[in-house]
Amino acid sequence: MEAHVAQNAVAVGLAAGGAALALAARRSLLWREGLREVARRRPLALAVIAFFVAMALLASISWRDAAAAPGTLAVPRSALDRLFPADFQERSYSAPLAAVEFYGGAPLRHPGRHLLGTDILGRDVLQLALGGARVALLVGGLTSLIAIPLALLVGVPAGYFGGRLDDAVFFAISTLASMPSILLLIALVTAIGRGTVQVCVALAVTSWVHFARLARGETLKLRELDYVQAARALGASEARIVLRHIVPNLGHLVAITFVLTFSQLVLSEALLSWLGIGIDGSWGQMIDQARDELSRDPVIAWNLAAASTALFALILAVNRVGDAVRDVLDPRTLRERS
Amino acid sequence: MAAYLLRRLAWGGATVLGVLAFLFLLFFVYAKPEDVARRALGEKAPPEAIAQWRANHGYDKPAVWNPSHPFDTMLADHYRRMLGFDFGNSDADDVPIAKRLRQGVGPSLSLTLPLFALGLPLALALALLVAFFRETYIDRAGVVACVLAMSVSMLIYILGGQYLIGKLLRWFPISGFDASPALIARFVALPVLVGLLAGIGSDVRFYRAVFVEEASRDYVRTARAKGAGDGRVMARHVLPNAGIPILTNVVVEIPFLFTGSILLESFFGIPGLGSITVDAINANDFATLRVMVFLGALLFVAGQIATDLAYTLADPRVRLE
Repeated sequence: MEAHVAQNAVAVGLAAGGAALALAARRSLLWREGLREVARRRPLALAVIAFFVAMALLASISWRDAAAAPGTLAVPRSALDRLFPADFQERSYSAPLAAVEFYGGAPLRHPGRHLLGTDILGRDVLQLALGGARVALLVGGLTSLIAIPLALLVGVPAGYFGGRLDDAVFFAISTLASMPSILLLIALVTAIGRGTVQVCVALAVTSWVHFARLARGETLKLRELDYVQAARALGASEARIVLRHIVPNLGHLVAITFVLTFSQLVLSEALLSWLGIGIDGSWGQMIDQARDELSRDPVIAWNLAAASTALFALILAVNRVGDAVRDVLDPRTLRERS
Repeated sequence: MAAYLLRRLAWGGATVLGVLAFLFLLFFVYAKPEDVARRALGEKAPPEAIAQWRANHGYDKPAVWNPSHPFDTMLADHYRRMLGFDFGNSDADDVPIAKRLRQGVGPSLSLTLPLFALGLPLALALALLVAFFRETYIDRAGVVACVLAMSVSMLIYILGGQYLIGKLLRWFPISGFDASPALIARFVALPVLVGLLAGIGSDVRFYRAVFVEEASRDYVRTARAKGAGDGRVMARHVLPNAGIPILTNVVVEIPFLFTGSILLESFFGIPGLGSITVDAINANDFATLRVMVFLGALLFVAGQIATDLAYTLADPRVRLE
C-alpha cells in the first residue's frame, strides 16, 4: 500500500473512531450533560481545537492529481496544500507579505502572497504551521489509541482479579514508572528507531503507565462497591461485571486523564523534535529549525513565531478544556465546590 | 520500622532489576549488537571490523543462553556490570563512561541546586499568595496565569530567554560554562532564570491546590473562630499542615538534582549529565544511554524510599509497618 493511502486510512480511522465515541457519549445522560457543560464553559477553547482538528484532517487526506504530465509521477498533495497554489515554494527566506527574497532581494514567484513569509527552503510558513496540526493531533490521538486500550486490558483485570496477575502488573507499572519519562522516551526512540509510528509507540509506553495505574487503582476500589456485589449476587458473570459495570465507570477518569495527558504528549514531541528524534513536519521541528534564525542579523522571527503560536494555542486550549472536563466529570471536584 | 524498611528496600531492588531487564530487552534484544556496531562504524564497515568492535565491547557473547559457561552471556554481563557500577566504555568514542559521569556531576549540580533552592520557595510563596486570595478574582487570574505559563513549550522559554536577555539586553552570556568561582554565576544565571520561568506554572498550580484544600479543613475554622487573622492562619496553620503533601512532591525530586536538566544543559552549553545524554543520542551511544536510564531509575527508587521515610518524620500519624 502506498504511503499516502495508509495515511488517509489512519486519518479516516481516527476521525471515525472519534465520531463513534461522540455518538456513544450522546446516548448517556451523564456524558451528554457533562459535555454540554464543558461546551458552555469553554466555547473559545473548543473552537480553537475544532479549527486544529479541521486543519489536521485537511492535511491528512491527500491524493494524486489524475492529470499529471505523462512520464512523471505526480506527488500526492493533501487537501490543505490544495488551498494554496501548486508551486507555492520560493527559493529561500522571505518576510511576511514581502515581494522580494529576504537575502539578495530577488523577486518572488508569488509576491505579497506569503502571509507569514517563507522558511529557509522557501516553503510557505502559514502552510507549514497549519500542517503541523496533523502531527500534533496524530501524536496525541494515535498514542492514546495505543496506550488507553492496552492500559484497560491490563489494568482492569489486575485490579479485579488481584493475586499473581495483579502482582505482575503492579511490578510492570512500577518498573516503567521508575525510569524518568524523558530518559525512557529517549531510550525507546533511539532503540526502536525514528519515525511517526515509533515515536507514538514510545510515547504510548510512557503514558501507558499513567492509564494502567489509574485503571488498576480505580478497579480495586469499584470491585468492593455495593452495586458490584449486587451484580454478583444476581448471578452476573465475571466478564459481564467487568465489561458492563466496571469499565463504564472508569470512563470519566479515562476521559479526564486523556485530555490532561494530550497536551503533555504534544509538548513531549516538541522536546523530542528538538533532540533530533521527533516527527517530520511537527511544530517542534519548526522551532528547532528556527534556533539559528534568531542569531541571524536581522533576525528571522516569523518561522518561530508561527510554530510557537500554533503550539501554544493548541496546548492552551486543550489545557483549558481539560480543566473544565475535570471539574465537570470528576465527582470529587463536584463535592468540593458544593 | 526496620521490617518495613527492609521490605521497601527489597521492593526497590526488585524494581531496579526489572529496569535492567527492560533495558536488556531494549538495547540487546530489540536493537541488535550488529546494528549498534554498524551505526558506530558506518554502513560500509568490513565484517572483520564489526566483529572486532563487538569483541572489544563484549557484545560478541551469546545473548542469554550459553550452555558451556552459563554466566558468560551478555545478559549476565549486563547485570554484573550495572550492579557493580562498572559502566565500561562509551560505544561512540571508547571514553570510560564513569569518568564522564564524574566530570558531569559538578556542572549539573551548579545548575540544578540554585534552580531548586530558588524555585521551591518562590513557587511556595506565590502559591500561598494565590491561595490567600482564594475565591476572588486574584485567585482566578493566578490560576489562568499558571495555565498560560504551563502551555508554553520549554523550547520557547529557552529561545526567548536567550534572545531577550542574552542577545538584546546582554545581561548574561547566551551560552557556555566556566567552573571558576568568579565566572560560574554569570554562566549559570540565564539557564536558572529560564528554568524557574518554565517550571513555575505547574508548581504554583499544584501547591495552590494543596493550600486551598488545607484551608477548607475544620482546624482552619477553629483557628479563625479563636480570632486568628488571615495571615496567621495561612502561615501558622495551613503552611505546616500542607507540608506533608509538599514533602512527597519535593523529596522525590532531590536525587534528580544530580542528573541535571537535559534541555537546559544542552541548550546553554553546560557540560553536565544532561549534555552527556544528548551527545549519546546524537552519537547512537547505547552504552551511555543505558547507564543514564539505569542511574535515573536508581535515583528515583532512592527518592521514593526517602519520601516514605520523610513522611514518618513529618507526620506523627503515619507509622510504617
